[in-house]
Amino acid sequence: MAYGASATAHDAHEHIPTGWRRWLYSTNHKDIGTMYMVLAMIGGVVGGAMSWFIRLELAVPGIQYIDDFQFYNVLVTAHGLIMVFFVVMPALIGGFGNWIVPLMIGAPDMAFPRMNNISFWLLAAALILLVTAALIGGGPGTGWTVYPPLSNAEYHPGPAVDFAILSLHLAGASSLLGAINFITTILNMRAPGMTLHRMPLFVWSILVTAFLLLLAMPVLAGALTMLLTDRNFGTSFFDAAGGGDPILWQHLFWFFGHPEVYIMILPGFGVISQVVSTFSRKPVFGYLGMAYAMVSIGVIGFIVWAHHMYTVGLDVDTRAYFVAATLVIAVPTGIKIFSWIATMWGGSIRFDTPMLWAMGFIALFVVGGVTGLVLANAGVNTAVHDTYYVVAHFHYVLSLGAVFSIFTAFYYWIGKMTGRQYPETLGRIHFWLTFVSVNLLFFPMHFLGLQGMPRRIPDYADAYAGWNLVSSFGALLTALATVLFFYIVYRTFTAGEKVAANPWGEGATTLEWTVESPAPFHTHEEIPAMGRRQPAE
Amino acid sequence: MIKRLRVLAPLIAACAAAGSALAAAPEPWRLGFQAAASPVMERISEFHNLLLVIITGITVFVLGLMVYVALRFNEKSNPVPSKTTHNTVLEVLWTAVPVVILMVIAVPSFKLLYFMDRAQNAEMTIKVIGHQWYWSYEYPDHGNFTFDSLMVPDDELKDGQPRLLAVDNKVVLPIDTDIRILLTSDDVLHAWAVPALITKLDAVPGRINETWMRINREGTYYGQCSELCGVNHGFMPVAVEAVSKETFQAWVKTANKEFARADSDALQVAETGTGAR
Repeated sequence: MAYGASATAHDAHEHIPTGWRRWLYSTNHKDIGTMYMVLAMIGGVVGGAMSWFIRLELAVPGIQYIDDFQFYNVLVTAHGLIMVFFVVMPALIGGFGNWIVPLMIGAPDMAFPRMNNISFWLLAAALILLVTAALIGGGPGTGWTVYPPLSNAEYHPGPAVDFAILSLHLAGASSLLGAINFITTILNMRAPGMTLHRMPLFVWSILVTAFLLLLAMPVLAGALTMLLTDRNFGTSFFDAAGGGDPILWQHLFWFFGHPEVYIMILPGFGVISQVVSTFSRKPVFGYLGMAYAMVSIGVIGFIVWAHHMYTVGLDVDTRAYFVAATLVIAVPTGIKIFSWIATMWGGSIRFDTPMLWAMGFIALFVVGGVTGLVLANAGVNTAVHDTYYVVAHFHYVLSLGAVFSIFTAFYYWIGKMTGRQYPETLGRIHFWLTFVSVNLLFFPMHFLGLQGMPRRIPDYADAYAGWNLVSSFGALLTALATVLFFYIVYRTFTAGEKVAANPWGEGATTLEWTVESPAPFHTHEEIPAMGRRQPAE
Repeated sequence: MIKRLRVLAPLIAACAAAGSALAAAPEPWRLGFQAAASPVMERISEFHNLLLVIITGITVFVLGLMVYVALRFNEKSNPVPSKTTHNTVLEVLWTAVPVVILMVIAVPSFKLLYFMDRAQNAEMTIKVIGHQWYWSYEYPDHGNFTFDSLMVPDDELKDGQPRLLAVDNKVVLPIDTDIRILLTSDDVLHAWAVPALITKLDAVPGRINETWMRINREGTYYGQCSELCGVNHGFMPVAVEAVSKETFQAWVKTANKEFARADSDALQVAETGTGAR
């Protein structure tokens, strides 16, 4: 059936559907990728607005604007869920993955174009459900982890949590279908000569991510279904009074949740590898090591989940195991960091905007990574568990890691997508403004956490005031940077310079730079000659 | 308004004093842990100091390399890029050296973890029960009395009581005593946390979690619930008052008169497990 679509397409060879049909019925990987990106931008504005509201409340001690603490908890919850499922994932996997992977491997489209369509629309429906959840029945004030008993019907009566669960179910189904599509596409539709070991690292990163999704999402779906029946049909999987166990939820959730954080960051690794290589005008250093570092991060990512649960009362030997397993992740991550630097070493580096973002990514990811090294140790973790130290850590790897890689990818590929280049000076200002402001925003959180300020509280002891104010000031600057970003998008579309097929020169060796800019509606209709683009091992 | 100004004022003073004061509560502009007041916290601070050196070293090393690369291998200073893509020695090194660093971290980490887990011979036991949104405490070894501990609302604060941290009934505990703490919850998950003493453990309905503490010096130690537990999660603090053993015995006498017995009525919560003492 999948190939039926391309078989019937040749009578309408250059026919591009117009109006709403082009988008609603779309089976084109580029259009679907664009829709994913628009969704991620909408999600980013909504989720970002929530976080700015939170920082506004926390700018000074006392209650300023949010006197309904359930609403505060709903903001915290929705911010987390939206940023994970409706910003980072759709931008990197659905957006750049869809757009770039077929171009990079020389495929005319994704393997299952219609499934690609339903993947996107399920996610759009999921976002509507989640926003609905936040607006009805008091909203889900459970945190993005939805821990029972707080998420049980007794403590969250009303439909809000049910809506959130259904939203995550749809988002999960969307991701699963997307993952199947990527795996099939990458394994079966590469241009002749492009062996797995010659695939660009971005394609490798999407392949590993897709496998993580394939294995992790069903576990989340099972856990969510159990929670749904606990809430509505009298089961007691997570209710101690009925013979269940709230900790079971945490095991299931984090068995999904830990791979999920790699799902968010791995495509970013892929983007950074492409960009660092392009702007250093050198092939990636240690290509095979880079590819298999991602594979091993993916594999180890499945056996470290309980490091999110060091304080729930796990047996000490269990905790010791999870400490050891978690520390091991530092090795492949280190390989990646050092290989990026070695790629730059000896290069002839151009500091265009994408390269600035990529180097910013590496710098901030190292900071987030080393605090992860601290958190991995169950002993010290006890001191900072559920404090702002953890908030700082995961915002350094995600908000600064994953989001920086999204901006890297945006500036790198926007010319290919729109045929118009972004304004270079504004791009650089955007980078520096963001770099400074996010550090102001998140670095003081380390200090707050070490001192013991708990997460997810709407008001704090007066002594925490100083660093909170600095942090909120950083949030304000970040908001300005975001406004600047949208202005850059506007300028790119309205006044961007037309770009050639390959604006980046000899360093850009992957196949997407061989097609014209903007990439035509259908690309690689003839199988491209591979040559020796990626060095074989 | 005045409060806001007061908060900002001690910036310089506090920065200078950071680390010197014996903090039992958070301090403005402090950068690190609250001052340790228990053997566990001392060891955690020590281990964290080691970690801090290692992670700062790694970060500075990587950032230094990046700055060097940016200066030395930019388009102007190095117009012709090399084509090197392999260096086996280097690749083995950057795999092996991190492994060694991880070993350096792992050994003290495991030691600390096992030291923290349980008291070998606890001299007394208290039970801590989390509720939405307050804590209650039981003293099974001292007459089995029980009391609730609720946050003091802003408008009832007395002089010197920190906002959001002060409670009506503090948990009074003797210093220099190995104290076993048993934790459970009456409703949702909570976490009982006191940063200066580094006790943090979740209170889980249907389970009894165990940890321990030993307090080195007298004083009041503040902490907060550290697991999202609903609307008033931010408003169920923990306050531990550490006193000398003699004062503690005196307090136990009055507490037995003042507070109800845990087994006096329907309060029988999780009695098993500690009855032997």
